[in-house]
Amino acid sequence: MEAQAELAKAKARVAVSSRWIVPAVLLALLVAAPFVLSTYWLKLLTEVLILGIFAMSLDLILGYTGLVSFGHAAFYGLGAYTTGILSVRLTNHAGITLPAALVVAGLAALVIGYLSIRTSGIYFLMLTLAFAQVLYAVAFKWTPVTGGSNGLSGIPRPGLGIVPGGGEITPPENFYFFTLVIFLLVFFGLRRLVNSPFGHTLVGIRENEARMAAIGYDVTRYKLAAFVIAGVLGGLAGVLNTYLNVFASPAQLHWTTSGLVMVMVIIGGAGTLVGPVLGAALVLLLQNAVSSYTDRWPMVMGAVFIIFVLVARHGLVGIWRAIAARMGW
Amino acid sequence: MAPNSPSMGRFANAHGRPLPTRRGASCTLPLAETRLREEAVRTSRDVITQRLLAALLLVLVVWLLLVPLANLVVRSPTTALTQFMNGLSYSLLIFLIATGFSLIFGMMNFVNLAHGAFYMLGAYIAYSIVGRNTNNFWLALLAAPLAVAAIAVILEWGYLRPLYKRGHLDQVLLTFGFAFVFSDMVRAIWGADIRSLPRPPQLDGTVTLFGWSYPQYRFSTIVFGLAVAVLLWLLLERTRLGSIVRAGVADPEMVSGLGINITVVFAAVFAIGAALAALSGVVAGPILGMAPGMDFDVLIVALIVVVVGGLGTFSGSFWGSLLIGVADTFGKVLQPDFSMALTFAVMAAVLLLRPAGLFGRPEA
Repeated sequence: MEAQAELAKAKARVAVSSRWIVPAVLLALLVAAPFVLSTYWLKLLTEVLILGIFAMSLDLILGYTGLVSFGHAAFYGLGAYTTGILSVRLTNHAGITLPAALVVAGLAALVIGYLSIRTSGIYFLMLTLAFAQVLYAVAFKWTPVTGGSNGLSGIPRPGLGIVPGGGEITPPENFYFFTLVIFLLVFFGLRRLVNSPFGHTLVGIRENEARMAAIGYDVTRYKLAAFVIAGVLGGLAGVLNTYLNVFASPAQLHWTTSGLVMVMVIIGGAGTLVGPVLGAALVLLLQNAVSSYTDRWPMVMGAVFIIFVLVARHGLVGIWRAIAARMGW
Repeated sequence: MAPNSPSMGRFANAHGRPLPTRRGASCTLPLAETRLREEAVRTSRDVITQRLLAALLLVLVVWLLLVPLANLVVRSPTTALTQFMNGLSYSLLIFLIATGFSLIFGMMNFVNLAHGAFYMLGAYIAYSIVGRNTNNFWLALLAAPLAVAAIAVILEWGYLRPLYKRGHLDQVLLTFGFAFVFSDMVRAIWGADIRSLPRPPQLDGTVTLFGWSYPQYRFSTIVFGLAVAVLLWLLLERTRLGSIVRAGVADPEMVSGLGINITVVFAAVFAIGAALAALSGVVAGPILGMAPGMDFDVLIVALIVVVVGGLGTFSGSFWGSLLIGVADTFGKVLQPDFSMALTFAVMAAVLLLRPAGLFGRPEA
């Protein structure tokens, strides 16, 4: 009897510690990465984190709320261009460019969301796509401000100093840590959000919108709120990308970017937070591996995506869960 | 064209799924009295905001488009007429794309994001037929749509059909994957250069009417587009296949219950839609040319057209194409920098006033 109780306690202890072991090891690896990886791989890892933020932001509306947005690049590009234009014309201080870009992305999400959320399903998908293409056209044509088809170059590196122009985040390691901190804030913030009553309401809307409305939830407002949060975080990813590459290009607003981030979410596993990050990592790694052999990267990615949609609809997370279930973990 | 004919009305929502509700107002369960009142106040406030926004957009359109247009008509009526005809030919080209897109949506209830790829494939296949091998435009006009229809049948049979059991999102995602693959495939086969189909020599001249001349090819495009539109309408309204398709759009389960093989009808509609898009690609080849990225450009235009006209309706895609095609053409002439934005202003205004499009029946 006593032995059994003891065993149960030990099991519980193991369960608790194993719940913490995996995240702790991952965190340790992420912190140790700059000391181990070469500059090339460190940049790739930084990109994974940035696109991970982007993919998680889409997943909040796609996976959790069930709003299939095909224009998420709009916010990514707005964040990138706002930062770029401000850095070129005003200041490179991240304390100004970052919040300003988030405000712009949030306002755009408010307008686009207000107009799009009135519609549902297919109409929503098309409207978001259409709005993103408008912004693409603007970035492409408004050459004096956006640099047109050549993109916006000559952007100074972001600074965090007290003196204007000082305190540039130059070494890749520093920028990596800067990104890592933001990534962790976003990840744990979103985790809190999706586990909060608000997050559960969003999932309720995804599962049965009519019932949520009948219970008395103002589903339109909840959806709009989720859309704006996703827009702001998408903008944040765009900001970080501009900081990393000191370049903003209209391609960031193109539908292929919206498509790519959706591919990341689906391949990783929609409706989870780890999934989109895994998806971003897989897509970037694949891209790196494939690009060194052939130019036909979009075709390969399209094929991989089709295979995932056909046979592994719940993505990498779904595959992992299936394996875990079979092994009895 | 029988606008708003009841048989070609709105098709969605007949699939036994819960109706999407707008801000919960249409839900039938009892709500507390106060909540209803709050709802009513908020709804009316929303309606006022929406009308204001729409009015603002329409003022913008009038100011940027209609005023310069009136100017142009007074100053140079022949230029205005030429541009109007250009708009008309463009409209009929996008109508060919939009109507298949809309029909596939109405019938199978998913957005075919590979529809632009069908248009592009049609144009490029025609390019290969005309350019390298035969120098025969008419052969390309026949063969390219058939080839694309064959591709569509394979796509439907091999990949889409297994997904009909699942949600519609999966089908959208699948067509998106194929859009990616096709887009890159075209780049691999035909390269990234801008190309153009040669005009058929028989239509190389100009039409002259009361001293006003117009390219013969563009004129033929208008005639051809109208002829196809009439044929399609007859096919849908006057034939047995058409009535099966219309019934399938309204309620596929009922149709299969009546002993009609709905999967075959689905495949046929998908193939016809693809062939129409490819046909448009061939006809547009000498006018609009071909370049990578054209597939999504055209898809966006088709999306706008069906959103403005009303998804799943034949008359909606026809009148929507005319409105958007002509507005876009004049926009490009009169406001070259804002043409795209003007089109979107029109779309946003329509959506604010009639969320289901001009010819769609309002939801719920």
